[in-house]
Amino acid sequence: MRPEVSEQIESMGAEFVFLDFDEEQQDGAKTGGYAAPSSPEFREAQLAKFREMAPDIDIVICTALIPGRDAPVLWTKDMVEMMKPGSVIVDLAAERGGNCELTVMDEKVVSDNGVTVVGYTDFPSRMAAQSSTLYATNVRHMMADLTPEKDGVIVHDMEDDVIRGATVTHEKVVTFPPPPPKVNAIAQQKVKNTPVELTPEEKRAAEMAAFKAQTRSQVTLLGIGALLVLGVGLIPGMPASFMQHFIVFVLSVFIGFQVIWNVAHSLHTPLMAVTNAISSIIILGALIQVGSSSLLITLLAALGIFMAAVNIFGGFLVTRRMLAMFQKS
Amino acid sequence: MENAFTIAAYVVAAILFILSLGGLSGQESAKRAVWYGIVGMAVAVLATLFGPGAGLWFASLVLIAGGAAVGYQLATKVEMTQMPELVAIMHSLVGLAAVFVGFNADIMINYVGAIYGAEGLVMGAVGDDGVTAIGLPKEIYDGLSSFGQLIAKKSSVEIGILRVELVLGIWIGAVTFTGSVIAYAKLAGGSSLLPFNVDTSAKQLPGGHALNAAAAAGSLLLAILYLGGSGSWTLMLLTLLALFIGYHLIMGIGGADMPVVVSMLNSYSGWAAAAIGFSLGNDLLIVVGALVGSSGAILSYIMCKAMNRSFVSVILGGWGGAAAGEQMAVEGEQIAIDADGVATSLNDAQSIVIIPGYGMAVAQAQQGVAELTRKLRAEGKEVRFAIHPVAGRLPGHMNVLLAEAKVPYDIVLEMDEINDDFPDTDVAIVIGSNDIVNPAAQDDPNSPIAGMPVLECWKAKQVFVSKRGQGTGYSGIENPLFFKENTRMFYGDAKASIDSLLPMID
Repeated sequence: MRPEVSEQIESMGAEFVFLDFDEEQQDGAKTGGYAAPSSPEFREAQLAKFREMAPDIDIVICTALIPGRDAPVLWTKDMVEMMKPGSVIVDLAAERGGNCELTVMDEKVVSDNGVTVVGYTDFPSRMAAQSSTLYATNVRHMMADLTPEKDGVIVHDMEDDVIRGATVTHEKVVTFPPPPPKVNAIAQQKVKNTPVELTPEEKRAAEMAAFKAQTRSQVTLLGIGALLVLGVGLIPGMPASFMQHFIVFVLSVFIGFQVIWNVAHSLHTPLMAVTNAISSIIILGALIQVGSSSLLITLLAALGIFMAAVNIFGGFLVTRRMLAMFQKS
Repeated sequence: MENAFTIAAYVVAAILFILSLGGLSGQESAKRAVWYGIVGMAVAVLATLFGPGAGLWFASLVLIAGGAAVGYQLATKVEMTQMPELVAIMHSLVGLAAVFVGFNADIMINYVGAIYGAEGLVMGAVGDDGVTAIGLPKEIYDGLSSFGQLIAKKSSVEIGILRVELVLGIWIGAVTFTGSVIAYAKLAGGSSLLPFNVDTSAKQLPGGHALNAAAAAGSLLLAILYLGGSGSWTLMLLTLLALFIGYHLIMGIGGADMPVVVSMLNSYSGWAAAAIGFSLGNDLLIVVGALVGSSGAILSYIMCKAMNRSFVSVILGGWGGAAAGEQMAVEGEQIAIDADGVATSLNDAQSIVIIPGYGMAVAQAQQGVAELTRKLRAEGKEVRFAIHPVAGRLPGHMNVLLAEAKVPYDIVLEMDEINDDFPDTDVAIVIGSNDIVNPAAQDDPNSPIAGMPVLECWKAKQVFVSKRGQGTGYSGIENPLFFKENTRMFYGDAKASIDSLLPMID
């Protein structure tokens, strides 16, 4: 299977049957997109797997072709016999003998146990509408490729695999046959490094290490914080009245951190609006000052009151408005 | 001055405020929590009005009513897409109020000092115990306003500390003020109500960061002069420098880093309130200021983490350290698709994830997206939204926009909740976001956004990207997602694109 095909198949929602088989995998894309013959050991393993699955399968579609050879037999007679009556095998490789042993070219046969084997080679004429649509889509994309500016002017890009491959003559030179397509570039096998599964001991050790690191950083932070607070208290002449307020401040910061970490991320905008409203608590300062005998103080304080009031009402109202919008389904 | 009752009221208010923030942990409890905040604010204001602030209580009430009218207008008129602007301009008000209150404190210190002088006394002189201030004769003391009394009974050390606090309060307040105004202008862009326009890209005066550093050093010098008793002119000059820093700092930051800037300003407005609280000896101001300050700090931290950048590099602009080497070249081509194709895939799909970004807000496409969601859900399909922490111009902005368009909040998921589900998703639709879905962050160690957590939408079976054109995101980084085999580009204005899809969904 070519790697880029596997991606396409997975994107359609299909799953692969994996073989437990060690072999240097050849990239099908290097041979122009067709599979090379696989080794006899691989074939044996493959058939064994198919045989295991055959009783559960209702529809088999075979498409395996190798350039210049007969189609490999992948679905043997005994597999067909294991399938349930009414099952269908569509062998698209019928022209080169078929992937199924029972396939008869250009005919539909029914096996002894009621399995239908379709060996038609003229599917395009049997599904004219679908074939036309598919072909038309191909041609349309080729046109899109030829006119990248969408203005009807043909840009004959000989670097383009598709255009190069479809060109027979170009600028009075016969360009046939084209070189093999450069699908390699996009189809390179990706080396997937699967994460190493950790043993329970390693997991525990990692958890312990993380816990220790956490403890260490927490203790360090606490230590620094305590030193800072103590340092403030040790400043000579620091009045006790300031320290009382300072305790309130430190505790509030602490509470703030505890509380805010729990706020839901989705409510961060309301959080900002509401903190905005309550930070207008500064209105208290202005209220205390406004009764002063100095005109300047009164004026500034009055302005302060007004602005803080705008904020209080604006902040709370808009928070309420926002929160009311959050509705459960 | 502050009688026991006022302080008791402050305790109640403080607890209510904490509850109102804590309640935001869930959508339903938040609806209740906002009332706690409102009641807490009412308690605090009333207690102050009838306690220490009784001087001009009637005029105060009139002012509050006036502010309420303006605030009501703002809050009811604002479009949800304009929330970042509203939040920014509101921060500026808090900052300015802090500056005013701080200046008042300075004026009052001078005023009280003058009274002391007139009495032949020295302000702040201490008694025999070396701690308690002697204070003024009783009849003069009683004649002062409550605020004057507060200052008059302080010792010289306490007044020194008071000055430190008010310098801090004014400085932070002033930076917040101009910073927020500029942030507003940048966020609002053409629709700004300001008399001047501001370039939304990062712009700095010649001199760049050195200018900021010089202004900061100047502020420090002036603060020292002020504390040394050089008079109020130093404070004025310091304020001017702080105003300049706020202006120049935010001017140097690009529009897309605004989530961090706005949450940072949110934090600053809190610290300003706390500093003023210290200078007024008001514990409630300190508590609330600290709550708001830490809240903004955490939001900034979350934003920076989500962009995998350090706070310093955001604030100073630019992408931090230079990339270690060549960025990976992007192979393949961008394949366009029309509405028909998208609709066909959507009709076939069973599970769909929509990833909105700022582009959706700009194009006002959220209503169409919500309508699309309703139609798809009516078909029995599973539709969910994936929100990156920095999607939009404000933390949580996308959630609010979707909520406004009546998208139920339980299908709007965070990055960590949904990232593992992409391999099982049939169709992922990216609307107006770019960098938050850039696989280069994971694959290319040399990408400027390497290590940034991103939404792994390319693992879905099919990805549609609704995008205006072929340009790169704000960071100018090429997005390999657009070149992936399972990606189709749905070019055009997001609103028009979504609206053209709607009739084709059945």
